[in-house]
Amino acid sequence: MDLDFSPVWDGWRALASGTLITLEITAAALVLGCVLGLLIGLGRLNPKRRLIYGFCTTYLTLVRGTPLLVQLFILFFGLPHFGIQLPAYVCGIFGLGIYSAAYVSEIVRGSIQSVEKGQMEAARSLGLPYKMAMRKVVLPQAFVRMIPALGNEFIALIKNSALVSLLTIADVMHEGEKIISVSYRSLEVYLAIAFIYLVLTGTTTLILRRTEKMLRADGRV
Amino acid sequence: MNDVIIDIRNLSKSFGSNQVLHNIDFTVQASQVVVVIGPSGSGKSTFLRCMNGLETAEGGTLLACGHTVVENGRMMSETRLDALRSEVGMVFQSFNLFPHLSVLDNITMAPRALRNTPRQQANEQGMRLLEKVGLAHKADVFPGTLSGGQKQRVAIARALAMDPKVMLFDEPTSALDPELVGEVLQVMQTLAAEGMTMIIVTHEMGFAREVADLVVVMDKGAIVEAAPPAQLFTAPKETRTRSFLQSVLVREGSPVQGCEPAIGSGR
Repeated sequence: MDLDFSPVWDGWRALASGTLITLEITAAALVLGCVLGLLIGLGRLNPKRRLIYGFCTTYLTLVRGTPLLVQLFILFFGLPHFGIQLPAYVCGIFGLGIYSAAYVSEIVRGSIQSVEKGQMEAARSLGLPYKMAMRKVVLPQAFVRMIPALGNEFIALIKNSALVSLLTIADVMHEGEKIISVSYRSLEVYLAIAFIYLVLTGTTTLILRRTEKMLRADGRV
Repeated sequence: MNDVIIDIRNLSKSFGSNQVLHNIDFTVQASQVVVVIGPSGSGKSTFLRCMNGLETAEGGTLLACGHTVVENGRMMSETRLDALRSEVGMVFQSFNLFPHLSVLDNITMAPRALRNTPRQQANEQGMRLLEKVGLAHKADVFPGTLSGGQKQRVAIARALAMDPKVMLFDEPTSALDPELVGEVLQVMQTLAAEGMTMIIVTHEMGFAREVADLVVVMDKGAIVEAAPPAQLFTAPKETRTRSFLQSVLVREGSPVQGCEPAIGSGR
């Protein structure tokens, strides 16, 4: 079987602009996912605060328990029934961000709870209020421990972003499909797309590994 | 000597259905050094942790540094507890230094965050405290590189940075290698000599004998006996005190002078 990559080379502009869209959507979703995930994770630290805990747990159950594709379709095709018409781009970012937040929240909660109880106690015994102790003592340590798991989540997010091509968003997957529809060179194009995703996820891994190494230097944490 | 720093009446505390403190009455005067001893599980640490509100008591009254921590079994609010805690220093068995901060930042963090002490002034105070515990040369390293004894000395300096009126020590040398115990006890001895009010839970009987004004023996969540060391170690009144001292001193293998007759006789 002959492989002919010429449609990939000919379509490089489209693939490049698609890659850019993928990056934009993933980056925006990542920020949303981290912020939302941090809040949800903090909300699940204390079951005694029933309202907050209940809300966050419900969020986690619903979002983690249903397929991302279904969530994206609900945002994109379902919301217009209620008169809410969001641009596809926004649906993609929100859908991915909301989904990622559920996973990030568990990473946040797990990392915070893995910081020795004595750290919080030492901070409180100096007179620091709970929130300040959390911010100045527990979270900086928890953050370093989050990195490996967050790395997994970021990579999953990059790969999951391929689904937004189904919302008519012109991401790298979508651009690839367009090239296939005129060239019929599906294997070559899919291989090219796979390679592009590999570069994106590989770079993410590298950056996170560097960050972790830097933060763990000097014998801290 | 007549300022009452800690005043405890009828304090009780349970973990679930397990009552760990039974109606404790206890007073500490300014500049007094109180050593709390007793078998493990006797409630010593819990008792100590009640004094800065790390544990919530549900019966009795506890006054510390002029703050009502517990009144008839009701804890004061978290906000007011924060104010109390800044006046009560605490040193933990496992040091609990902040690993992400340098040694100096460990000490200056609380004064800077809570009292808005300018960085330079906080650093100067931090360096003075580090000199006091003999670790000025370690100011810029991270706690992970220190030995256990050094960590505990930094932890003491960290607690002192808030100018506490009383220092609580929860088995400060129990996690240390034997050869490192001395350096920590020495710092504590200096503090005591300077007139710091101290409450110390420890198994170091030699230290108790030398430094304490009052030794308190706890067993099963109650105070069995409280007396100056000279009296407690030579002529303990209670059987439970005697049997505890006997077990500890036999284990230490070197019964200290003056102690032998009372314990050896096993009356």
